[in-house]
Amino acid sequence: MHDNIFKINEKEYILPGSRACQGCGLSLAYRYILKALRENTIVAIPPSCLCVLHGLYPTTSTIIPALNTTFASNAASASGIVAGLKALNKTDITVLALSGDGGTYDIGIQSLSGAAERNTDFIFACYDNEGYMNTGTQRSGSTPMGALTTTTPVLTKQEPKKDFLKIMEAHHLPYLATVSPAYPVDLYDKFVKAKRIRGTRYIHIDTPCPPGWGFPTRDTVKIGKLAVETGLFVLFEIEKGRFRFTGRSKAMAEKGKLLPLTNYLNKQERFRKMSIEQLGTLQMSVNNRWNEYLKRAEG
Amino acid sequence: MNDVRIITGNEAAAQAVKLAKPGVIAAYPITPQTSLAELLSEYVERGELKAEYVRVESEHSSLTVCISASTVGARVFTATSSNGLLYMHEQLHWASGSRLPVVMCCVNRGVGAPWSIFNDQQDSFSQRDTGWIQIYCRDNQEILDTIIQAYRIAEEVYIPVMVCYDGFILSHTMMPVDIPDAGVVKKFLPSYKPHTVLSPDDPKTINPVFFATRRENSEGVLCDGYMDMRHKLQSAFKKSGEIIKTASEEWAKMTGRDHGGLIWEYMTEDAELILTGMGSIATEATLAADALRAEGIRAGVVGIRTYRPFPKEEVVQAFKKATAIAVFEKCISYGYEGGVCSDLKAAFYGTDIKAPIHSYIAGLGGRDVKTGEIVDAARTTLESIKSGKTENKTIWLNCYSD
Repeated sequence: MHDNIFKINEKEYILPGSRACQGCGLSLAYRYILKALRENTIVAIPPSCLCVLHGLYPTTSTIIPALNTTFASNAASASGIVAGLKALNKTDITVLALSGDGGTYDIGIQSLSGAAERNTDFIFACYDNEGYMNTGTQRSGSTPMGALTTTTPVLTKQEPKKDFLKIMEAHHLPYLATVSPAYPVDLYDKFVKAKRIRGTRYIHIDTPCPPGWGFPTRDTVKIGKLAVETGLFVLFEIEKGRFRFTGRSKAMAEKGKLLPLTNYLNKQERFRKMSIEQLGTLQMSVNNRWNEYLKRAEG
Repeated sequence: MNDVRIITGNEAAAQAVKLAKPGVIAAYPITPQTSLAELLSEYVERGELKAEYVRVESEHSSLTVCISASTVGARVFTATSSNGLLYMHEQLHWASGSRLPVVMCCVNRGVGAPWSIFNDQQDSFSQRDTGWIQIYCRDNQEILDTIIQAYRIAEEVYIPVMVCYDGFILSHTMMPVDIPDAGVVKKFLPSYKPHTVLSPDDPKTINPVFFATRRENSEGVLCDGYMDMRHKLQSAFKKSGEIIKTASEEWAKMTGRDHGGLIWEYMTEDAELILTGMGSIATEATLAADALRAEGIRAGVVGIRTYRPFPKEEVVQAFKKATAIAVFEKCISYGYEGGVCSDLKAAFYGTDIKAPIHSYIAGLGGRDVKTGEIVDAARTTLESIKSGKTENKTIWLNCYSD
């Protein structure tokens, strides 16, 4: 297969007719993840939007070997795939566990922490759409403060989003990165890099969700870009403990500054009841974290 | 020459696993299973057993690891007890629903709350309807032999097998165990052939969402709906009884050790009173039968070795001449009665077996069940029935109540 200008694998692993929602950030990310990891890959799937995307038996919209498991167990399921392959001397297959924020931050944290602490040889990627979107937008540990969900339908979520990247960094991983489907080349490059590294690699995917966040389906990329340009979501990688900005965040760190958060928030229905105090708290935490990252990048 | 060693039930289990050569082992320690998990990790670290040992953070993950490793084509083993088994509950369904030949030991222990580390069978009994074959062992030799048989059964019928044995009473008690030669095991147990392999060579999405109705695939062929898949599991259970019996018979031919396939019987030919149960309490009942016979009471024992599939035809045959039946159970279905008692009654429905059944709930949380207590209970049952009382009843053996 010949290369395009970005040297991105032209083969498609998700065929037309997937059951994901229109404008789904996950389907866009997943398309490039699979292009980066290529054929010799097995995917572990919990019950989630990804399970829906894969289709209803006996048809599937994907051409990739995939194993469904229960909600709490995706990282353990990937551990079992890795152990089984090793027992059978099949050592050239990449194992990817791909869970939503529920399957990562909340019900999936135990098996993920266990697998990461054992430095299981796999990639765990979290597609973070900031809520239980597959069941219809309920609050999760990843939902940001001030967001409306169907279980915080009146008052909005009162607590801040869990800082999951810090939790994963505490597991001494060989590779940790953040990506956004709004920046597919950056995403692609990081998965290609992760594929070559051994041990537990963690990749966090900011995943805009039109029905859950309340924005038009055509704006998925725009919302993804605004998340990065406001500094709410920062593109970086940590390799053997060394922090490095990448892509748009790198350019922003070198010159320029963050856009005000309101540019991002006011395009989404879920933030329509956010209070001034919540906005202030969120803006301050974004600024503080950005400054922390700037310091880390200096070295 | 035979290799006979004096070992605990857990070591007998570990020796069996070593002989069955699983590619992947995952276990989380829990009393009284712990020494089994420890022994296996020692075999692996010493290079005596070539397997991937995944030292998981929970029982939920230990069974998950086995499920996924089995799906890529590896033979697998795990073991647990009590609340560990309960923590696996959703994965028990996942393993059987996936039709994976996982073999697991359940070292039987009472379930909290309140905590008890000691033996009863409420743990595995409460998982009866998860779609696993359950086999209960009565001594350490049977533990070893059953684990090897379990792999052959599971891999032939694609149903996971739970090998159950009583915590401490067997797991921590030393008995002579004949360790079979590796060549014998190799001959008895062919290598594992998965029904579906998760592999990039043939990409599939395994266990996606099923509809209730059957649906066409891309070639227009109608494929199973959820209910049809469930019926296939039940059909496999129906034929599994014969496979369990065959495995037991062939093992007996090769080793001289016959533990019974689905049930075993002790002096039942002329028995008017039949005592029954699962696991070590049934062994204890054989001593009680001896004592009763010494008093002139024609007593015998039927041991329920395989609890699922329930051996309906075998128990009808074995109990047909009994005039009194006493079930000794280390578990109960709260709000009703002992589970084996219920199943026996259901099996006898519509047959000529009209003997009253007394269900003795015994030994919960490790309360000792002495032979003499079984003898007394059995005598009471027989006298009550002989005096014309035909009611079935549940009696809590050696239990204080105000």
